[in-house]
Amino acid sequence: MEVLKIATAGSVDDGKSTLIGRILYDTKSLTTDKLEAIEKTSKQRGYDYLDFSLATDGLVAEREQGITIDVAHIYFSTAKKSYIIADTPGHVEYTRNMVTGASTSQASIILIDARKGVIEQTNRHFFINNLLRVKDIVVAINKMDLVDYSEEIYNKIKADFETLMSKRDYQGQKITFIPVSALKGDNVVNKTDKMPWYQGQTLLEHLEELDKADIFNIGTPRFPVQYVIRPKTEDFHDFRGYAGKVYGGNLSVGDDIVVLPSQTKSKIKDIYFYDEKYETASRRSSVTITLENDINVSRGDMIVKDGDLPTIDKQFTANVCWMDSTQLTAGSKYIVQHGINKVLAKVDTIHHKIHPDYSGIDTDVSGLGVNDIASITFKLNKPIFYDQFKNHRTNGSFILIDPQTNNTVGAGFIQ
Amino acid sequence: MNKNTSHINSLENEAIYIMREVAAQFEKPVLLFSGGKDSITLVRLAVKAFYPAKVPFPLMHIDTGHNFPETIEFRDRLVKELGLELIVRNVQDSIDQGKVKEESGRYASRNMLQTTTLLDALEEFKFDAAIGGARRDEEKARAKERIFSVRDDFGQWDEKNQRPELFDMLNGNIEHGQNVRVFPISNWTELDVWSYIEKENIEIPSIYFAHKRKVFLRDGMIWSAEDGVVYRDDNEEVIEELVRFRTVGDMSCTAAVLSDAVSISKVVQEIRESTISERGARIDDKRSEAAMEKRKQQGYF
Repeated sequence: MEVLKIATAGSVDDGKSTLIGRILYDTKSLTTDKLEAIEKTSKQRGYDYLDFSLATDGLVAEREQGITIDVAHIYFSTAKKSYIIADTPGHVEYTRNMVTGASTSQASIILIDARKGVIEQTNRHFFINNLLRVKDIVVAINKMDLVDYSEEIYNKIKADFETLMSKRDYQGQKITFIPVSALKGDNVVNKTDKMPWYQGQTLLEHLEELDKADIFNIGTPRFPVQYVIRPKTEDFHDFRGYAGKVYGGNLSVGDDIVVLPSQTKSKIKDIYFYDEKYETASRRSSVTITLENDINVSRGDMIVKDGDLPTIDKQFTANVCWMDSTQLTAGSKYIVQHGINKVLAKVDTIHHKIHPDYSGIDTDVSGLGVNDIASITFKLNKPIFYDQFKNHRTNGSFILIDPQTNNTVGAGFIQ
Repeated sequence: MNKNTSHINSLENEAIYIMREVAAQFEKPVLLFSGGKDSITLVRLAVKAFYPAKVPFPLMHIDTGHNFPETIEFRDRLVKELGLELIVRNVQDSIDQGKVKEESGRYASRNMLQTTTLLDALEEFKFDAAIGGARRDEEKARAKERIFSVRDDFGQWDEKNQRPELFDMLNGNIEHGQNVRVFPISNWTELDVWSYIEKENIEIPSIYFAHKRKVFLRDGMIWSAEDGVVYRDDNEEVIEELVRFRTVGDMSCTAAVLSDAVSISKVVQEIRESTISERGARIDDKRSEAAMEKRKQQGYF
């Protein structure tokens, strides 16, 4: 694994930004000038401690209100790994941003305020991480300093969370509990002597050793064609290359392939990465492929291995997280962007709304409001080539675009 | 493969994917090129993305007129060598047309004025996507930026109402008149850029390497006294120092750092050990806590 992408989740004031600031501070990732700025502002505001959230809350409105409004991407590295943390807002209004942050992350940190324990929001955070099949979850029980570093409170919260875990669909998650104080720096990067009853790793120690299995590696190779490269120069007169990114497994020279939707068969002739020729294109590499015979391939087509076809259909059912203030209603039309492919879609049936706090479902639903999650069947104007999300993270997900506003209004996970 | 090489490979693959999405989703994209290390990296990535075809969009430089001469010389040589199209639009013209007013005094800078020239140029050529070399690690407002960042008719960034960006699906749908700023190296850090330049053996302007320069000190920073751009008080003494520039922006707001790094590998090592951020040498970011956010709201890239 080259880089570990992590998303944070927690309610307002659970201390997500402070936790990230603390990691940056204790790993000496904050430069002198940034640290001086934090010291200066903390002092101006009359705080008797350093407010590390000032390092991550980049917008004026965030600093004014002391809350995170939008995802910030924070970068740091240790001798072992590079990290990208998506610091996502925890307020219920910003659930869509949490989905956004978690959609590209391999691991999640769910924060719980030790004074409050497992609350409704915690259910929601866990539910979304479960829906997105985030593999590694760290439950950071924060503000332990405010509960006298009590083992009893920690155990109670852990037990409550374990009750929640029994309700999940996706069982493949690894869940780790760590008691911390982001403000005081206990068990974040450095071990504390305040909680002798906790024998486990600090948060950073845990992240440093996380399983190397890549969530994006699941599934078989899918190669959506992004761009057709036809140089028409003297040196490359007849060159016709298909540029794209490999998702799932690998593709190699000589592989028998099928181009979708035409289902024309061919063989991979060459794989280019710039002026180098590769024998194999590994997952997530942006290569250019040429084929043995001259067939018509355009943007939006997909190259897959022969005998390994995805579902090709003009309709599908998916769990949708709705992100817009205008309602989604049955019969309305949206653009489904599936990878790079855009097709027109109509909401055929809203089957049921799922309560993201595990309290059940609503079957009689006329529409979806912002942050609602529902199971929906869409009908499309032309077929797409998809896999189930649980089998293929990229080819099983999509976004919804409102053709009136062009906004991204929803995220979907094909069932 | 060591940690660093494979990390940079994955960033490169992501950036190439983004370049191709720009070419496919937009009618008329442009790559904003300043002659600095980040936009030089963008050019390299664009060349790789479309090989063996030519880069399917032009470069555009918004010239403040206060650029280091070494940068301009480098710029012209690079586009010639790669056979790329370069458009130049000048801040001086916007000043002459009375569209912007030159700042005066000790901290006068043309950095802010660039925004007007940029927005006018985007409109003049009807560019619907402008690729820029901004990185999220540079500054805390930049950390909030999307890869496809929609700007309204006035070029403005609505930071509280950004489109969600999920998976690696980039939504380039816009209305006529809007445009998108695209940041293919959003996820790169300063060290990643330098490591990439080293790995790919990319040529960069000499200003990035240690050289003797006439400078003066102000507010704990080192300013070039050679080019007559930075306002200098009579009592600010000119001295000669061995310096290099870590970031190459408008001369009026870019300070030098003491350095003896004369090769890329030395620069990489210096960045690795530095305890000061790259933007620590940019005076325009120190105007207020929200300097970058305010500039971006107005249309700065």
